[in-house]
Amino acid sequence: MDNSNVDKGRRRFLTAAATVVGGAGAAAGAVPFIATMTPSEKTKAIGAPVEVDISKLQPGERMIEKWQGKPVWILRRTQEMLDDIASQNEAVSDPASESSSQPAYATNEFRAREDEYLVVIGICTHLGCSPSFVLKDGDNSPVVDWKGGFFCPCHGSRFDLAGRVFKGVPAPTNLVIPPYKFISPGQLLIGDDSEAA
Amino acid sequence: MANIEKNIIDGLTGLRDWVDDRFPLMQNWNEHLAKYYAPKNFNFWYYFGGFALLIFAIQILTGIWLTMNYKPSAADAFASVEYIMRDVSWGWLIRYMHSTGASAFFIVIYLHMFRALLYGSYKKPRELLWLSGMGLYLVLMAEAFFGYLLPWGQMSYWGAQVIISLFGALPFIGDTLSLWIRGDFVVSDVTLNRFFSLHVIAFPLLIFGLIGAHILALHEVGSNNPDGVEIKKNKNAEGIPVDGIPFHPYYTVKDIFGATVFLIFFFGVVFFMPEMNGYFLEHANFIPANPLKTPEHIAPVWYFTPFYAILRAVPDQLGGVIAMGMATNIFLLLPWLDRSPVKSSRYRGWNFRCALTLFVISFFILGWLGMQPVTPLFTWMARFFSLVYFAFFLLMPFYTAIDNDKSVPDRVRD
Repeated sequence: MDNSNVDKGRRRFLTAAATVVGGAGAAAGAVPFIATMTPSEKTKAIGAPVEVDISKLQPGERMIEKWQGKPVWILRRTQEMLDDIASQNEAVSDPASESSSQPAYATNEFRAREDEYLVVIGICTHLGCSPSFVLKDGDNSPVVDWKGGFFCPCHGSRFDLAGRVFKGVPAPTNLVIPPYKFISPGQLLIGDDSEAA
Repeated sequence: MANIEKNIIDGLTGLRDWVDDRFPLMQNWNEHLAKYYAPKNFNFWYYFGGFALLIFAIQILTGIWLTMNYKPSAADAFASVEYIMRDVSWGWLIRYMHSTGASAFFIVIYLHMFRALLYGSYKKPRELLWLSGMGLYLVLMAEAFFGYLLPWGQMSYWGAQVIISLFGALPFIGDTLSLWIRGDFVVSDVTLNRFFSLHVIAFPLLIFGLIGAHILALHEVGSNNPDGVEIKKNKNAEGIPVDGIPFHPYYTVKDIFGATVFLIFFFGVVFFMPEMNGYFLEHANFIPANPLKTPEHIAPVWYFTPFYAILRAVPDQLGGVIAMGMATNIFLLLPWLDRSPVKSSRYRGWNFRCALTLFVISFFILGWLGMQPVTPLFTWMARFFSLVYFAFFLLMPFYTAIDNDKSVPDRVRD
């Protein structure tokens, strides 16, 4: 084959142009395949608020509800529990919850709208396990001088009764507080905190 | 009589020639089997590549049959596995072969990789052979992980939750990425459905392709051997390596014998201890997935535990994820970290021999630690052995460069 009369510059340009156009087409073609793996409309719609009856919850008791497929814990704290939380500000890594995730009304000492009720998402901020609730005098305390809290069986993270993470464990931040509000004294709404309801 | 025999042979030869005119049948047969010359001094360690291929075939076969009865939905998955175990004729056998096959796959792959470390099979000119093998290992880990979610037991669920959350720890893109992998805000029916698709179609195809690349790369450069001597350097007048023997029939017969012994052990496990006391099928996985409660003690399946121990050893979230990622991927750099010109540990100095021994010990201890609950002592042990693990790789350029290697013979030893 005789290549002597070929315009090499023109050939290079055409090859480059075809590569660029074809590459752009391939990239555009990948978009639907990637997008189809994001949450569908149906999946997004399931995150509706959940109404919970907490009138029968006794002091010191914890109940578990499901919201957006995640466990949400509601703990009714006794005065002793609140005192224990206040006494551990030195031991936790983010005592004022400055780098943690919670609504503005829960950015306080006890991380709650009302000190008595802790409402928190029961998913460890480390790698997503659900920690277990370990009482102060339980026989399976994770450390000595345990004042009650949550212990993650997966990687050993510990949290106090306000969901604040202790120092020296793998979880980076405090447990997440979901948006919530009290509709009436015994009725809690998880997932919605709008005032004009 | 003799006439009939002759006619049959003539007919078959004619058929072969007819095919050969249209498809490179004999060419491939010769290139990869009858005239592929492998070193004559293969030993016990050279069984495991063939075993891996055999297990791949078992997994594909049993997988196709399992798919006939399995339902990939959060509502039906657990019950459909119970159905396979109790009501489908011979379903228990198919399923136990598949679950035992998964663990057996990793056992032979780890032994296969150890062989490469022992005899320097990753070194020049076999870098791409090593990289394609490492690619297979990483893809196999993903394949096993996707498959482990499918029974939808407690361990399936929380194992997937933890592994996907690893991606969530990455800065900036983490949350979006883990949401994209799950397709939901938590591990759910959506996640199960897509893992099924990846487990039965995408990743088996990838593994199939990579096995092809691995074997092509092997047959291009030729097999290494326990002496680490390049047999292609000594060829006779016909261009055949003097220390080589044709793969077929010599090594096909050897491998068929090996496969028979392997299958005796394999089916011993399938029939008599398919759960392997909680190591192959974990106890918590006999409880249906419960998104509200993590089991008291969770641990990955045994083949992931060394890396899991490294993850837990680091007291920082992102740091742990990075350490774990490095621990699995650092093998890729091996051909360039090793500065010694000698391949086989038979002729290498004590630096490398001791380092390899320490590495294997730390791999086993990390594997054991990864199954234990978190205690302060175990955490410190995991930190110490993680350091040994990484030191094997990161210090390799130094201790192999000054090693007192012995002289390597020109020919393989008889």
